[in-house]
Amino acid sequence: MNFDFSDDQKQLRDQARKFLTEKCSPKAVRVVLDGKASYDEELWKGLAEMGFLGVAIPEAFGGAGAGHLELCVIAEEMGRANAPVPFSSTVYLAAEALLIAGSDDQKKKWLPAIASGEAIGTLALFEGKGNPSPKNVKLTAANGVLNGVKKPVADGAVADFAVVAARTGSSGRDGDISLFVVDLKAGGVEVKSLTNLDPTRGQAEITFRDCKAEPLGAAGEGWSILTQMLDRAAVLCAFEQVGGADRALEMGRDYALDRIAFGRQIGSFQAVKHMLADMYVSATLARSNSYYGAWALSTNAAELPEAAAAARISATQAFQHCAKNNIQVHGGMGFTWEFDCHMYYRRANAMALGLGSLTYWEDQLIEHMRKKNAA
Amino acid sequence: MNFDDTPQEAEFRTTARAWIGANAPRQYEEELHKSSLGRTQLTNADILEVAKAWQKRKADAGWACLHWPKEYGGRGSTPIERVIWQQEEGPFGQLSRMFIIGHGMCGPTMMAFAREEHKRTYLPPLASGEKVWCQLFSEPAGGSDVAGLRTRAEKDGDDWVINGQKIWTSGAHYSDYGILLTRTDPTVPKHKGLTMFFLDMKSPGVEVRPIRQASGASDFNEVYFTNVRIPDHQRLGEVGDGWNVSLTTLMNERSAIGAAVSTGFPELFEYCSSLMLDDGPAIEDRAVRSKLANWAVKASGLRYTSMRAISALSKGERPGPENSIGKLVAGSMVQDVATYALDLQGASGVVSGPEDAEVAGRFQAMLLRAPGTRVEGGTDEIMRNIIAERVLGLPGDIRVDKDVPFNKIPTKGR
Repeated sequence: MNFDFSDDQKQLRDQARKFLTEKCSPKAVRVVLDGKASYDEELWKGLAEMGFLGVAIPEAFGGAGAGHLELCVIAEEMGRANAPVPFSSTVYLAAEALLIAGSDDQKKKWLPAIASGEAIGTLALFEGKGNPSPKNVKLTAANGVLNGVKKPVADGAVADFAVVAARTGSSGRDGDISLFVVDLKAGGVEVKSLTNLDPTRGQAEITFRDCKAEPLGAAGEGWSILTQMLDRAAVLCAFEQVGGADRALEMGRDYALDRIAFGRQIGSFQAVKHMLADMYVSATLARSNSYYGAWALSTNAAELPEAAAAARISATQAFQHCAKNNIQVHGGMGFTWEFDCHMYYRRANAMALGLGSLTYWEDQLIEHMRKKNAA
Repeated sequence: MNFDDTPQEAEFRTTARAWIGANAPRQYEEELHKSSLGRTQLTNADILEVAKAWQKRKADAGWACLHWPKEYGGRGSTPIERVIWQQEEGPFGQLSRMFIIGHGMCGPTMMAFAREEHKRTYLPPLASGEKVWCQLFSEPAGGSDVAGLRTRAEKDGDDWVINGQKIWTSGAHYSDYGILLTRTDPTVPKHKGLTMFFLDMKSPGVEVRPIRQASGASDFNEVYFTNVRIPDHQRLGEVGDGWNVSLTTLMNERSAIGAAVSTGFPELFEYCSSLMLDDGPAIEDRAVRSKLANWAVKASGLRYTSMRAISALSKGERPGPENSIGKLVAGSMVQDVATYALDLQGASGVVSGPEDAEVAGRFQAMLLRAPGTRVEGGTDEIMRNIIAERVLGLPGDIRVDKDVPFNKIPTKGR
């Protein structure tokens, strides 16, 4: 049994950590947090140069042709650094959508541009409240044009193109939904930035008015492709969450060692120690579930939907738990804008919603387990 | 990343599987498979006898205590082979429960500290299950604070004379031998005045009294010592070094990799899969699904954490500290799972007669056994301290009695 990353993959993780420690300090994250930039463009260029944007994109399309395990270790570091760049939208969602269902021309057009950092992509799925569900897709596609409003669209204000879920039928089945690729710079769209819980990652509302769009994958296959995209993204986001959880735990641990109260390190009080021990427990469970997700993703195993849901739930909980209690360990200082704790708290809670809420993934997990059991 | 065996591991697995297939007591497989926390029993046989017979059979064929050296009754296997064996042994592994203390704690302590002739005499019958061992550490005045124990050992010629009382001794009522931690010097600070021995449980002056647990069952005992004589050659380690010797024992307890911890989740999932609620199948209910999903990821998280440790073993590395979370997570989880399973049954969850034994009875047994799981072998609080101190590097607790002679430590709070 070798349920671990390889030495090369671990080396890549170290390399990513070193790069991000240098190029993505909390100070750099704050530039975006304070609204002075919509994302860190310099970091984005650096990520392209390092080959991180295209790590899972085949060489034929300008990528490094490594694989998803390599992408997982980079994702972990992106989460640890709280990187203020449209990485998840572009790499986990848009690029994966093209890899799953894109035509050769579509791949040639967008994948090399993603790998080189020239194109930012995203997924436009949600239309107001609600979890991923075919019935929540109201935006229509007819005669090659889209009409409707998507909100929220992660990184929508900085994206060059979007994969858009559209209604192409009214049978009440999954087959009513098709996917399209839209060049957001080609007209027919109106993009409005939205204020949001985590300003280090933008959210937007995109209105499509007779907007020209190319089908992505076969008509009526949209929901099936989308489900695969969400499963893949759930695993990759889980690694970001695991990275974030670990960092929040470390921050709490370090503060508990530094801070003196009542004449002793606060980390010597059991109330504080036990809180940190519980954070370690959640972070460990999340890491292990995410490793299984990574295995399923990298081997395209039949277990992927179940593994992805488990990784998603476990990592979401762990990041929320660690980010929340990191503030608690810091006491009043943790509640200031000046300390970095709130950046992880914001990120943890925003990430908990991005691919659909916990309720959605809980339901997915049990549905897959039930089916497996019945089989 | 993969779950595949190396060629050597695969070969070992094939051999183990074939031997188990041909030799295991198949007639008990289903009952053992259905066992859950608080309920491991055989309807038509004495589980102790079945367990001893299985252990002896394994020992005769060289499959007992795999990781022990051959000369002491083991197989000299690698840690990963031991894990593979456990996987292949499956439900029959339930039969090893009565030997866990002996094989997991007493044996390794003997191996590290006993004289060579004692090792050769006592270890092979321990491995083969012919002799059962227990561990006599905890006392009424020393639970989590084991070093606060008061059982005295006083030198008298070539013997030591033991007086005092132990408690929570698993299996003392069917044990042949035990390892015993005593106080040999009460005038020095508590960790410095301890000494370890092993003894024959049939020695004159040893009295074993079963404890009736909150669950109604009796797995543990009180053991009283009245002028019990132990020869000095049965001392383990130096006089006054008992604390360090006991750490060897306890480290072995906590390092059992791949040992199954009971979470109750498979039982609950199975139950919910067939349960009908007022408005449809439980498994289709949103609220039920949410509860199940939260426990599912804990159960899978523990499973994969264990696999990460196994992978480290497979590569010849020492597993990291991750495995220390198992008992902590599973203990309170199984308690919550049992509570919820009963809640799903409404008022009838309270009933546990023979006709309800499959459902309510099973979860009731789990519920009543679970508090013990959270206390034995290190309470939840001690486990959190261990994680905080050894894994996260936080400071140890401030110990007000650390440098005080043992006989000057106050014994009453008020």
